[in-house]
Amino acid sequence: MKKLFILLFSFLTISAQVEAAAEGGEFKPGDMITHHIADDYTWHFADGVTLYLPVILIDNGTPKVFSSSNFYDENHAVVPYDGYMLSHGHIYRADASGQQAADQSSLLDFSITKNVASLFISVALLLVVFFTIAGSYAKGKGRAPKGIQSFFEPIIIFIRDEIAKANIGPKYERYMPYLLTIFFFIWFNNLLGLMPGGANLTGNIAVTLVLATMTLLITVFSGNKSYWSHIFATPGVPTWLAPIMIPVELIGILTKPFSLMVRLFANITAGHIIILSLFSLIFIFESIFVAPLSVAFAIFMFFLELFVALLQAYIFTLLSAMYFGGAVEEHDHVGDHGHGDGAH
Amino acid sequence: MELVTPGIGLIFWQTVTFIIVLFLLSKFAWKPIMNALNERETSIENALSAAEKAKLEMQGLKAENEKLLAEARMERDKILKEASDAGNALVETARQKANEEGARMIAQARESIENEKRAAITEVKNMAAVLSVDIAERILRKELSNPQAQQELAKDYINEVTLN
Repeated sequence: MKKLFILLFSFLTISAQVEAAAEGGEFKPGDMITHHIADDYTWHFADGVTLYLPVILIDNGTPKVFSSSNFYDENHAVVPYDGYMLSHGHIYRADASGQQAADQSSLLDFSITKNVASLFISVALLLVVFFTIAGSYAKGKGRAPKGIQSFFEPIIIFIRDEIAKANIGPKYERYMPYLLTIFFFIWFNNLLGLMPGGANLTGNIAVTLVLATMTLLITVFSGNKSYWSHIFATPGVPTWLAPIMIPVELIGILTKPFSLMVRLFANITAGHIIILSLFSLIFIFESIFVAPLSVAFAIFMFFLELFVALLQAYIFTLLSAMYFGGAVEEHDHVGDHGHGDGAH
Repeated sequence: MELVTPGIGLIFWQTVTFIIVLFLLSKFAWKPIMNALNERETSIENALSAAEKAKLEMQGLKAENEKLLAEARMERDKILKEASDAGNALVETARQKANEEGARMIAQARESIENEKRAAITEVKNMAAVLSVDIAERILRKELSNPQAQQELAKDYINEVTLN
């Protein structure tokens, strides 16, 4: 395990240095960091080791599929291809002169980008890991867990007992599959994002948006009578306040998942930015003597990020469970707003 | 701004992939895992409660055994006491009988001694009578060896008879 971590760190360091050197000329830490955090049509593992991912475009309803390598010439310069061009990490329609065309309407980009590819890898990993575990449960029925099973079992039990049972109540079983899936999805992707060359998937707002929307939809659709009555006729509040209360409560429904979305995105992206910034210091000062300090801080941050990876998965799952709990809770007495948004 | 603008492509892929994964994991991973965990927990709980029950039963059995043992001990003591009582009684009756027998025998002996004594006394009396008669006879014979004395005696008798 220790060896693995050392290997990880060394890779991260090397890949950051290589990246900076490859860009040549003046070092721009902002560009380097943005490039690392943002999505891409290629997967750049190390200098010279680049995977060109497929581009899928829906142009006015017509699908177009081609390799992103078409956007690069032999000198690795960006060139237009087939009437499309790559600019600042996005694909646009190009006009005859190779400039960005004025009309960009109804051009949808469904490319398998670095993030999407990383998503597929993480999902494959999730499926393999948990199918294996399910298999060992089927094999060793009623027996003590072993191997990978015994690593994940306490986590699964923790999610069941401390997150689901504690926050949802007796109806927790319905939400277990979703809670387990988001927990492990976020955790796995957070960790994969920390791998050298890994994509910043959970630090991408589109991904957190989808996850938060799922939580929102599940909350809204499992809301019982007392949940809705709290929104449209909050007990203990005079009727004349309804014009204020109802919009506030409705906004409240949306702000909860919005906070989930921003929290995960910001935490993961910030972690990446900090680690990359620490490495950038070496190149900003153009001195090898800054490196030990930089690396020491980066290692500290990396450990912190390993913790944050788990923590954010836990918080997302916990808050989702709280929202579900609020939606299915039976309010027996007036003014029982037990489920606030525990900000982290 | 670039960072906080969600791209349609990633939203699409994330939604599709996540829903598929959610479905697959729910059906083929979470369901069997949760079931297995629940089953194992129930079986452990059952085993524990069975052990507890067995322990209680054991305690009950032990208590019962002790009770039986105590009862048996009491029974033994009772039997021993009864036996010793019976023995004592037996000895007592035997002693009584022996005493009685002894007393009877003594009484009998005394009686027969008395009889013997009486018989002996009678015999002694008779003997004395015979002896006295003999002695008297001899005396008389000696006394009456002279005729004068015989006459005198006869005279006496005759006097006596007449007086009667």
